[in-house]
Amino acid sequence: MITLSHFIVLGAVLFCIAVAGLFINRKNVIVLLMAIELMLLAVNMNFVAFSRFLGDVSGQVFVFFILTVAAAESAIGLAILVLLFRNRSTINIAEIDSMKG
Amino acid sequence: MTLSTSILLTIALAPLVGCLLAGFLGKQIGRVGAHSVTILGLLVSCGLSFYVLYQITAGGAPAYNHNLYTWFEIGRFSASVGFLVDRLTAMMMVVVTFVSLLVHVYTIGYMADDDGYQRFFSYISLFTFSMLMLVMSNNFMQLFFGWEAVGLVSYLLIGFWYKRPTAIFANLKAFLVNRVGDFGFLLGIAAVLYFLGSLDYQTVFAAAPGLVGKTLQITQNHAWDAATVIGVLLFIGAMGKSAQVPLHVWLPDSMEGPTPISALIHAATMVTAGIFMVARMSPIYELSQGALSFVMVIGATGALFTGLIGIVQNDIKRVVAYSTLSQLGYMTVALGVSAYSGAVFHLMTHAFFKALLFLGAGSVIIAMHHEQDMRYMGGLRKYMPITWITMWIGSLALVAIPFTSGFYSKDAIIEAVGASHRWGSGYAYFCVLAGAFVTALYTFRQMYLTFHGKERFTVVEHHGHGHHDHDDHGHHKPGELAHAPHESPWVVTLPLILLAIPSLLVGFFTIGPMLFGGWFGQAIHVEEANNVLGELAGEFHGAAAMALHGFWSWPFGLVALAFVITTYIYLFNPAMAGKIKTAFKPLWTVLDRKYWVDDVYFAVFARGGVKLGRLFWKAGDAAVIDGALVNGSAGVVQRIAAGMRKLQSGYLYHYAFAMILGLILLLGGFWLVGQ
Repeated sequence: MITLSHFIVLGAVLFCIAVAGLFINRKNVIVLLMAIELMLLAVNMNFVAFSRFLGDVSGQVFVFFILTVAAAESAIGLAILVLLFRNRSTINIAEIDSMKG
Repeated sequence: MTLSTSILLTIALAPLVGCLLAGFLGKQIGRVGAHSVTILGLLVSCGLSFYVLYQITAGGAPAYNHNLYTWFEIGRFSASVGFLVDRLTAMMMVVVTFVSLLVHVYTIGYMADDDGYQRFFSYISLFTFSMLMLVMSNNFMQLFFGWEAVGLVSYLLIGFWYKRPTAIFANLKAFLVNRVGDFGFLLGIAAVLYFLGSLDYQTVFAAAPGLVGKTLQITQNHAWDAATVIGVLLFIGAMGKSAQVPLHVWLPDSMEGPTPISALIHAATMVTAGIFMVARMSPIYELSQGALSFVMVIGATGALFTGLIGIVQNDIKRVVAYSTLSQLGYMTVALGVSAYSGAVFHLMTHAFFKALLFLGAGSVIIAMHHEQDMRYMGGLRKYMPITWITMWIGSLALVAIPFTSGFYSKDAIIEAVGASHRWGSGYAYFCVLAGAFVTALYTFRQMYLTFHGKERFTVVEHHGHGHHDHDDHGHHKPGELAHAPHESPWVVTLPLILLAIPSLLVGFFTIGPMLFGGWFGQAIHVEEANNVLGELAGEFHGAAAMALHGFWSWPFGLVALAFVITTYIYLFNPAMAGKIKTAFKPLWTVLDRKYWVDDVYFAVFARGGVKLGRLFWKAGDAAVIDGALVNGSAGVVQRIAAGMRKLQSGYLYHYAFAMILGLILLLGGFWLVGQ
């Protein structure tokens, strides 16, 4: 029997993978974007699980919104990425540290 | 017959016009123009002053007291410019303008070769204007204006030769010491305003009896009598201006200025402003035995101890300067025993004979090519007979030989002190008696060293006899002159003669009315219980009888003794002076160092001031304000920022980590609180 807690744990695992992707990854901005997407998906997973568990559809409606916004966000992120590459000729995170104090 | 406003205004403003013309248009009108215009102003002023005196004395004109102009108003308090001309003022006006006029004439000769000729005339005319404003004032505010203005001119004139470091030092010293006195004076005026609510003389004097019983809480446990506080504070101002112990130190140094102003400002007029002021304030002083005792003791100390210093001085002008200090002490003692008219009488006679002595000393200095050291003089009487005779007349008046004017005023003071029962009058009587002896000692010594005995200078004929520049500074060794000394020009000797006449005669004719005849009328107020001159009036049987009696009095005996001593030492046995000096070496050192008063002031106030300033600079400004507050706060911000910037790695994942961490902490916090 698959219970609510299985889904929540799955969401937590996905979220942790995303956080790990953010921190451990030192190479690539694209991986960062993917990790952020994954984080959103983890949240979506929770939304859907609770929606099903509570019998309230609005949680699933929210997921659609979030997916849409995430798509837009990715598009903007990728656009910024292209600009970044044009200016700095690199997408290596370790080299992008112009905000260093 | 009443006094007219326009005449009084002309008296005060004529010197000011002269000053402005000579000062601002000095180049255009030239030397002759400058002295003509200022002397003309003084002539007008002096002539009208005599006329005013005549109107008041013979014409029976009532005292003039009117406000002419509103200076400023603050709330209910208004300060006016106005004149109060009664007999006291009229006498002062005549003395001031007469001596000033003669000094103007004298200056033509004395400053003949000076580059600052026009500037000098401008200054002394400005001085005359300021002094007239001071004596003619009818309120404290204008008195203070005149008081400060004469102080300013004194400062300018002491430092007239502004390229000499000693002159600059002297004028700064005079200015600073006078500040101390003026501070007290200002506090005194403030106290008058506080207690009596007005600064107008008439109002204040009318309200003065109301001061009795009022007190002021200055210290914790003692309530000070209001009249005493006012009297002492005002007198502190007089101590500065009239060079009373312990604020006397500036006057001897002021001799750095040209001799005419030493005569005018630092002997005859300005330094007597304090005496005049106390006499004017007599309705206030009469209310306080304490303040009068204070005045008397200060004056007596000055009368004796500054005179003693005069004995060891070698500079001809400094002898006269210390003599001035001593005579100012006499006037102050007279104020202290409530013999105000005696003080003012001595002020008048002193103005004549002391101006004469200073101008005579100046004449000697001209003849000696600006050598002032009496050790290099001697035997001058055959070169400059007029100066010799007039200076002897001045000296006889100074040591109070009967029938001279100095005798009448000084003897009256000594008698008044003797008759007084005020606290401290015993000490004062001793001081003024001993002072008479000391006065004779230094005066005769000065006369003998200067005019008699062997010539202690040599005339060295320089190459080229062409230059007759008598301001020749070419001599290098002291005691060597480029050519023989000669009598000064008529512009110098005429004032000497004109001053010698009143020095001899004015006392004889004026003592009766001024001291014992109540000539001053309402101008000077003396309580019946304090009226020592009133007590003496019973013994006064005319000026001639007083002078004849003077030959058998103590002061004359002391003068005769001093005459014998100095004559023996300086005429017959000149080596004796050196022997006495060696025998009394410690005493001589004390006098030569002027009781170390100057040294103490330097060590305590001057050096202490510098040290205090350095302390505030180093500890206060540099360490606390600059170091701790300004640079310190900037440094703290900098150090915090330096720590903070290490957190800014610039890496995105660090920021993201911080966000997550923050989120976890926040949620953890909520969770914990929820538990």
